[in-house]
Amino acid sequence: MATATKLIGKPIKRKEDPRLVQGIAHYVDDLTLPGMLHLGIVRSPYAHARVRSVDVSKALAAPGVVAVLTAEDVQGAIAPIPCAAQIPDMKPAPRPVLATNEVRFVGEGVAAVVAADRYALRDAMDLVEVDYEPLPAVVDLEKALRKDSPRVHDGLADNAAYHWALEGGDVKKAFKQADRVVKLRMLNQRLIPVAMEPRAVLAQYDRGDNRLTLWSSSQIPHILRTQIAAMLNFPEYGVYVIVPEVGGGFGSKLNVYPEEALACHLAIKLEKPVKWNEGRRENFLSTIHGRGESCDMELAVKRDGTILGMRARVLADLGAYYQLLTPLIPTLTGLMICGCYRIQNLSVEITGVLTNKMATDAYRGAGRPEATYFVERAMDAVAAELKIDPAELRRKNFPKPKDFPYATATGLIYDTANYQGALELALKKSGYKALRRQQAALRKKGRLLGIGLSSYVEICALGPSSAMPAGGWESATIRIEPTGRVRVLTGSSPHGQGEETSFSQIAADMLGVGLDDVIIVHGDTSAVPYGIGTFGSRTLAVGGTAIYRCCEKLRDKLLKIAGHLMQEDPAKLVLRAKQIVSKRDPKKSISFAETVGAAYTAKTLPPGVEPGLEATHFYEPSNFTFPFGTHVAVVEVDRETGEVKLVKYVAVDDCGNLINPLLVEGQVQGGIVQSIGQAMLEEAVYDDQGQLLTGELMDYAIPRAADVPKLETFHTVTPTPVNPMGVKGVGEAGTIGATPALVNAVVDALAPFGVRHLDMPLKRERVWKAIHQAPSESAGRPRRSK
Amino acid sequence: MGVAIHLQVNGKSCQDEVEPRLLLVHYLREHLGLTGTHVGCETSLCGACTVLVDGRAVKSCSMLAVQADGAEITTIEGLTSTPEANGGLHPVQEGFWEKHGLQCGYCTPGMILSAVELLRENPSPSDAQIRRALAGNLCRCTGYQHIIEAVEYAAKKLRARKR
Amino acid sequence: MIPAAFEYFAPKSLDDALRLVERHGDEAKLLAGGQSLIPLMKLRLSVPRYVVDIGRIRSLRSIREEGGWLVIGALSTHHDVESSEMVRLMAPLLAETASEIGDVQVRNRGTIGGSLSHSDPAADYPAAMLALDAQIVAASSSGTRTIHASEFFLDLMTTQLRPGEILTEVRIPRLPERSGSAYRKLHQPASGFALAGAAVRVSLDEVGKIASAAIGITGVAVRPFRASGAEAMLAGKKPSPKLLADASEKVADGVEPLADIHASAAYRRAAASVYARRALEAALARAEGEKG
Ligand SMILES: Cc1cc2nc3c(=O)[nH]c(=O)nc-3n(C[C@H](O)[C@H](O)[C@H](O)COP(=O)(O)OP(=O)(O)OC[C@H]3O[C@@H](n4cnc5c(N)ncnc54)[C@H](O)[C@@H]3O)c2cc1C
Ligand code: FES
Ligand code: FES
Repeated sequence: MATATKLIGKPIKRKEDPRLVQGIAHYVDDLTLPGMLHLGIVRSPYAHARVRSVDVSKALAAPGVVAVLTAEDVQGAIAPIPCAAQIPDMKPAPRPVLATNEVRFVGEGVAAVVAADRYALRDAMDLVEVDYEPLPAVVDLEKALRKDSPRVHDGLADNAAYHWALEGGDVKKAFKQADRVVKLRMLNQRLIPVAMEPRAVLAQYDRGDNRLTLWSSSQIPHILRTQIAAMLNFPEYGVYVIVPEVGGGFGSKLNVYPEEALACHLAIKLEKPVKWNEGRRENFLSTIHGRGESCDMELAVKRDGTILGMRARVLADLGAYYQLLTPLIPTLTGLMICGCYRIQNLSVEITGVLTNKMATDAYRGAGRPEATYFVERAMDAVAAELKIDPAELRRKNFPKPKDFPYATATGLIYDTANYQGALELALKKSGYKALRRQQAALRKKGRLLGIGLSSYVEICALGPSSAMPAGGWESATIRIEPTGRVRVLTGSSPHGQGEETSFSQIAADMLGVGLDDVIIVHGDTSAVPYGIGTFGSRTLAVGGTAIYRCCEKLRDKLLKIAGHLMQEDPAKLVLRAKQIVSKRDPKKSISFAETVGAAYTAKTLPPGVEPGLEATHFYEPSNFTFPFGTHVAVVEVDRETGEVKLVKYVAVDDCGNLINPLLVEGQVQGGIVQSIGQAMLEEAVYDDQGQLLTGELMDYAIPRAADVPKLETFHTVTPTPVNPMGVKGVGEAGTIGATPALVNAVVDALAPFGVRHLDMPLKRERVWKAIHQAPSESAGRPRRSK
Repeated sequence: MGVAIHLQVNGKSCQDEVEPRLLLVHYLREHLGLTGTHVGCETSLCGACTVLVDGRAVKSCSMLAVQADGAEITTIEGLTSTPEANGGLHPVQEGFWEKHGLQCGYCTPGMILSAVELLRENPSPSDAQIRRALAGNLCRCTGYQHIIEAVEYAAKKLRARKR
Repeated sequence: MIPAAFEYFAPKSLDDALRLVERHGDEAKLLAGGQSLIPLMKLRLSVPRYVVDIGRIRSLRSIREEGGWLVIGALSTHHDVESSEMVRLMAPLLAETASEIGDVQVRNRGTIGGSLSHSDPAADYPAAMLALDAQIVAASSSGTRTIHASEFFLDLMTTQLRPGEILTEVRIPRLPERSGSAYRKLHQPASGFALAGAAVRVSLDEVGKIASAAIGITGVAVRPFRASGAEAMLAGKKPSPKLLADASEKVADGVEPLADIHASAAYRRAAASVYARRALEAALARAEGEKG
């Protein structure tokens, strides 16, 4: 990098923390405006029903109630929820902001009640009387596709939203040449994101300025602004979206929701601020879910373990309606399905399936955890069938570092990697060979140790605009103020990842100032340039690069001005520690402050240089980035109860250069634990009526502190050539790499029972059943091997 | 029909008349404007609403304001004025900052208060004891490891001070 | 998230409280620690017209010895019980059980009286009450009565308590010499309640045979129960791994286990056996160490 590095690469403590640890930061629900009203949504208790009538008269008469709206009242006034993803021949399934005539999932809004305070609101919501005529619900994916299945949407030919297919190489030939075909059917279960802060919305309308301000717990303030303007047919320049602190998103807030539009509509209509905040049970029902894909995979293999080809058929549970990116997510699974292996002959078919459930959409990893899970489970199945060590099998099928940039059969160009390096480090750090010996010894005693590997590659830094539904660039504006302080305006919208710190590190280093001289402004659409937002592990690699480029522009300008003042060639000057110094004669320097001052007083500017110090850059990435790594999980299974104990976890991740190792560590740790949640605990379980049985934290377990051991994390560093800082992104690595490692470990532990595969979550009972119903072992009693 | 309550919040005396069904968390957030105490669920499971009532960690969403009549309450906003804070951040707050014990920060106030109670009871908790003591506080961001390290940092600092 | 409106009383004495519950009968709910009641009220699964907060009746929050009995006041919190020296000495099983309930915040507020009155089928205390042959004392305006734990739990969330009665204390008899006890629990991963919990007390005779064993099981059926078949198999025998395994196999004999999304009936039955055996092993080790 061009500047003398001081802050980049260091584990700098976060700038955002002092306000957060003192409880003096503000999330949406912490805001109060004079005259503020509270909005509540009356939701359907049925997964599928006709709405015969909605009687709001009692609710309207209740104390404190100001308004009650039904679909009729908003028809024509609020357009349906936008979907930015278009897939050829996709059937329409737009979500109205309030259900019209028919409800299609439990939790769908039927009426909106507005009251003076939360307590009165809650009382009044019970008084809205809805007459439903229950209809048969579509729940199971396979059944949904049968000819005789009820339809989620009347009038559609069937429940298949779309078919998407991709083929590369010569699949037929690959399967013909195979010594063996290994087949596996797998489920990557539907999950609930559970950001700890439920969603919250506050809308205010100022009639004088015709100005609509929306505070929302969102990951995409600008996209939200555009969409709200479009939904309400309100001039976009009059819409101001402000995203204060956000209590986690994981993709669940990368969306546009009915409550955002309804609160805005009501604020305009009532000319009073309107707040809505989501309860946790509502959050389970009506905020997007994730995953929900099943896969039939076949691998054509040679006896020596070489993978010749792959066939994958994926069913993706889309839910009843499309949210912003619903149909797109499964196609990411398709693109990444070959993982980090040289599989040049493959075919993938994806069917998006409509069901009477809340929509799925981008949940941390979004399509890639599914792909990684499928291919990594299948690789272990191959290893088991061919009796090849899983590490050896992986090694054998990796492309080599010199093969990069590497074109996949799915049409992607992997930027750069050293899969072998990450694998070898993970094996070394976990003591893999010794673990295998230990496993053999313990098996003799009847104990069930399992070792699971997962080598992953993911697609990050989303992404080149050509490949994104609504633009993939990011923006930044940087202003060096007359006092020498630096204001960075970013179109990214971090919400816990710590970019106020990492972005400051970049700007401070590039401009030769201190960390505290920089302020990062984000999430306020009236203050920052249009941006795409924070998701897809893009914030640092794309948003950060926009900042980097702005800094370059400003640095060049500062050097030009300084050169003029110092009578020195700007090319011979460097910026450091608030000085602009001559490279030839370090004693020759001018202060940063003086140079900045000159830019604003504009009396001694070089010819052709504009006054002021401001730069804007819209950075368009030339490619995605492809971080990778290998994780090793070691588990011990309690043969009596099926309980799985995670004994050891080693993660080696390569996300290119690290701007702030502390933040990277945080992302990795958090991601892996979410992954442990998917592997061991979490699942959105529905009954055949479409009722969500795990509809609250009492029944849907997410990992607690005592559920996880200390994780050991390491890095290899392979900088990407895609951007100047060589950073790849790390926001989702943990949730992508870890799940298969855990499942592989448990299946490995159960090998003595002939278990080939188990679906997640690996609940104790599921594991227990696998042991106790195994044909090769009787009733689970320890069998002494000879 | 209001009920009179009188309690101490962060060392300040508060007198109010409240509806009996008012939850303590809403009293703190909406009547006193102490919005550092968060709400993350309605089934008493997430711990985001944890405050200290007479020194003990309590989920303020599962307590009525009227039940707190006569009690002494510490919320996250009051930690800097406890003796342990010594005029700055409380060592637990400092630990969370030093060790990157938070990301989105939503669980953090509750986590910190649970940790404060733990360290008052047990100045040298083991890793397992810390994990157990935080069983009532969910975090979806951090994976907990850095939270454990934050508590260990604070424990060490508090012990050093006592010596 | 928000309870329905109610009228609130905070009596300072048991007599005042008894008068209130008598006056309001079915329409009144007692409020102790609120760790079961308030969540239910927030979900409007419970909508009492009157709430009688007994939390201010000081006399009900005490732990003491009385004529060889350990007496625990109804308002003693789970934390009080878990950290009481006297409980640890006289009925360590109870302290161990209390420490396994919920989380720190729940233990700081929830009370023994509330837990037993609420009688959740997955609650922890009931197993220990059964294994310790506890007596439960209930007061009403017409006096007090004592109910043996084995008769207290009737059905799903139903106990012997009648409307107008307040559970005032729990009395635990002194353990025989050379006794050991243990509580082992398989947690429901989301809520932390017991999917299967086994509270065991064993007492040895001078030659090391099992003089008597008591096994309380919770989480498995609609109400907690004593595994009397297993207890009978153990009595009078010299402990051996085989004996423990055989007896444990029997703990859920004759009961119809619950089934839900967290565990099937078969799994609950199996887990009860495993956890009972583990509790037995731990209790025996303690009895042999004479720690009780
Ligand atoms: C997150 C969470 C996790 C939990 N985990 C567990 C667990 O793992 N194991 C477990 O056993 N429990 C668990 N609980 C429940 C907890 O133990 C409750 O504290 C207990 O069940 C009720 O006690 P309380 O004092 O809070 O009673 P309250 O909630 O005040 O009352 C409960 C019921 O009992 C009645 N009642 C209360 N006191 C009396 C009395 N003295 N006489 C007559 N009736 C009375 C009330 O009217 C009410 O119907 C958990 C609770 C929560 C919120
Ligand atoms: S808000 Fe979740 S426990 Fe109180
Ligand atoms: S830091 Fe986000 S929930 Fe804990």
